[in-house]
Amino acid sequence: MRIRFEKRDYRSKRIAILVPIISLLVSFLLGAIVLGFSHANPLQTYGAMIKGAFGSQMKLQYTLVKAIPLLLCGLSVGIAFRLKFWNIGAEGQYVGGVIGITWVMQFWTFLPEALLLPVGIIVGVLTGALLGGIPGVLKAQWSVDETLTTLMMNYIIIGYAEYLYINAWKAPLGNMGTVPYPKVAWLPKIWGRVHAGIFFALALVVILWFVLYKTRWGFELNMIGKNQRAAQCQGVSIKKNIILAMLLSGAIAGLAGVIDSAAVTHQLTKGVDAGYGFTGIIIAWMSGLNPFVSIIISIIMAALETGTDALQMKLGLPSAMGEVLQGLILIPLLAGNIFIEYRVLFIRSHKELSV
Amino acid sequence: MSEFTTDETPVVRMVNITKHFPGVLANDQVDLTLHKGEVLALLGENGAGKSTLMNMLVGLYQPDSGEIYVKGSLADIKSPQDSMALGVGMIHQEFMLVGNMSVAENIVLGMKDLPFVPPMIEIRKKITDLSKRYGLQVHPDKIIQDLSVGEQQRVEILKLLYRGADILILDEPTAVLTPGEARDLNEILKKMLAEGKSAIFITHKMDEVMEFSHSVQVLRRGKSVSVCPTKSIKRVQDLANMMVGRDILFSLERGPYSPGEVRVEAQDLTVLPIGGGKPVLDNVSLTIQGGEILGIAGVAGNGQQQLTEALTGLLKVNSGKIFLNGKNMTNKTPLQIIKNGVSHIPADRGRMGVVGDMSVGDNLAMKKYRTNELSVHSVIKRGWVRKFAERLIEAFTIKTPNQDTSVKFLSGGNIQKTILAREIDSCGGILIAVYPSRGLDVGATEAVRQNLIKQRDKGNAVLLVSEELEELLMVADKIAVIFEGRIMDILDAKEATTEKLGMLMAGVEKEGV
Repeated sequence: MRIRFEKRDYRSKRIAILVPIISLLVSFLLGAIVLGFSHANPLQTYGAMIKGAFGSQMKLQYTLVKAIPLLLCGLSVGIAFRLKFWNIGAEGQYVGGVIGITWVMQFWTFLPEALLLPVGIIVGVLTGALLGGIPGVLKAQWSVDETLTTLMMNYIIIGYAEYLYINAWKAPLGNMGTVPYPKVAWLPKIWGRVHAGIFFALALVVILWFVLYKTRWGFELNMIGKNQRAAQCQGVSIKKNIILAMLLSGAIAGLAGVIDSAAVTHQLTKGVDAGYGFTGIIIAWMSGLNPFVSIIISIIMAALETGTDALQMKLGLPSAMGEVLQGLILIPLLAGNIFIEYRVLFIRSHKELSV
Repeated sequence: MSEFTTDETPVVRMVNITKHFPGVLANDQVDLTLHKGEVLALLGENGAGKSTLMNMLVGLYQPDSGEIYVKGSLADIKSPQDSMALGVGMIHQEFMLVGNMSVAENIVLGMKDLPFVPPMIEIRKKITDLSKRYGLQVHPDKIIQDLSVGEQQRVEILKLLYRGADILILDEPTAVLTPGEARDLNEILKKMLAEGKSAIFITHKMDEVMEFSHSVQVLRRGKSVSVCPTKSIKRVQDLANMMVGRDILFSLERGPYSPGEVRVEAQDLTVLPIGGGKPVLDNVSLTIQGGEILGIAGVAGNGQQQLTEALTGLLKVNSGKIFLNGKNMTNKTPLQIIKNGVSHIPADRGRMGVVGDMSVGDNLAMKKYRTNELSVHSVIKRGWVRKFAERLIEAFTIKTPNQDTSVKFLSGGNIQKTILAREIDSCGGILIAVYPSRGLDVGATEAVRQNLIKQRDKGNAVLLVSEELEELLMVADKIAVIFEGRIMDILDAKEATTEKLGMLMAGVEKEGV
């Protein structure tokens, strides 16, 4: 008996829905095995996680607050991925956004107070765009590999941010972190901890969906991503679009940073590189680059984080177990994609044929 | 071809072979018999099941039912290694050679009983002996990527002979050869037959069947529809009809030749390869008038690709000028050239012509989505696109379940029709078609050619790059022959003959004319 993969000649909707569900079940099963090794009751653990993420209004708010930057980073990465441009620099572009808004809040004191927040948002977004644009230009002009440039730029930007909050921009008191932004320039809360950033994120989902699926530019990005050479033959400029898409991608990652710092941290300090940019890669991938699906995925990802926090507190499991479970949930989901593209054949050997 | 004896047991017997693929019955109870010293031509349109049948003989696929006998005994062939052990070897359309290794290295590569340090002196000697015996001239120390396509094919044949194959399967072996090289291949085959080898020859070209084979088996939609000795065939037309199952036109309707104003003018185009070396386009000049089809003949890789890419803006020229529809379009972007009325049917339809993962409708809209016909203020009107696609699908008889089907699921012929529909619909006076009928079956080829002629009759200028001389002689008004980046000569299609073109394609200057 041999197992063979054969490419499907059409994609069925049933399979596309079934595969993620089965993958999720496999994930929970794998997780249960690992939990079993640590003598924890899997059902109890999963229950605690769900409770920890959605169990009360406050917990739900925590989850949503985390989901906002995740959603924005997922959208950011998703745009680049449409072009098969592997932007793994959203983390750095996010931090760049925070640096941008912090710069305005700290030093643009000549501005009237009411303008601090809008100008800060704009400068932060532009910083992100610039940081995304650099690898875009390098790729478009000299075909420099974007995975390397975007990854490396993360280290540069995060390192620079560290220099700023430990050294150059450090508040007079304490040993790290800038002076908090003036209260008038904070992004307002709308429901408990949930802040107005959620409107930015949801509006962006709608705008991006429209741009990507309804406009000429979206059509061009789709062509480039699916067959660059054919797009070129149809007169679509690859260079221009790579640079544009990366500017936009960086700008949205920058916006994620701007919003989170204007609404939650109110300063540039340790922990600014919280990994939202990297999780954004997973979100973009799992959502199939669809902005609306990204909403659901980013809430799930946020819930995984807040839920595992509860594990430590409630069940006394080590915090690393949370990350283990996250990984176990992701691998089958990502690997499951192969069953959407391929079918599995079991071939019996032809032994019985021999004379 | 010489006679062979039929009294022995057949060397290959395939009985009642059936093979399903998802949604397709690729082979339906097919029988096939090959005798020692015989060349069997396996004729059929694309998708008739020829390659599938042969792939089962060499173990790349397993039949769902049916039996295969090799040299009299039932064979269980699960892999190409199994078939090689039985002496059956196949040369695929795409050669399986390692470009930066030598001929000798390629020939022994992957052999299981090879010692850790291969005895290269012995190997080389054996190769030289084999090539002398069969007239397969290739030097064992040459590097593959320095060889011509014809020579690479000889390496593939040597590879099989070296491993002791005596039943050779050739999948459309002449598709990549010049007429001269094809004749050489015929000689090689004859020598191999004289040594007691046999061959199966996959093709969809009638003249090859007549020239190369002893017997011919026709497949149509997975079924074997006829087996007969080649000699018994009176008219080529009969074979063609058997293959498609209906009468096909061998001559195309065309209006009188009445060229108008010059639409394409290339002056001294020169393109140098990256990193230097011999120019890939060397002072190429040509003009095409409206209402005229200029054919470009030449063996693939002699600058056709660079010429068409330069004309469509995909490749920058180092010197020379290009005028399209009267405007200087030298080194302009593809978009500027498209907007100046140039349509392009590219050589590699899957890689350059369509976006396989996008729908038929979207692929049809890929030129006009940016115009007011399909969008308003950069927002694409989906309803308009649907109607537009519906109209083209009908006008060009594109066979597709619906316009939302991904293009990659269509057959080669229908993919090409999709491209043709898009490019002809958006054509503004100039149509550049590169190998437009390559790999298509008779029906689709006919549609492609008829459409090109329709464009000419409408007063458009058509550039047709083709490797099939019959096509050029049938379709073009003038034929330019390109060799090593130079235009050897431009002939009137009425005066051109296969022989004349063949000589020019091989780089032989015209004699005293």
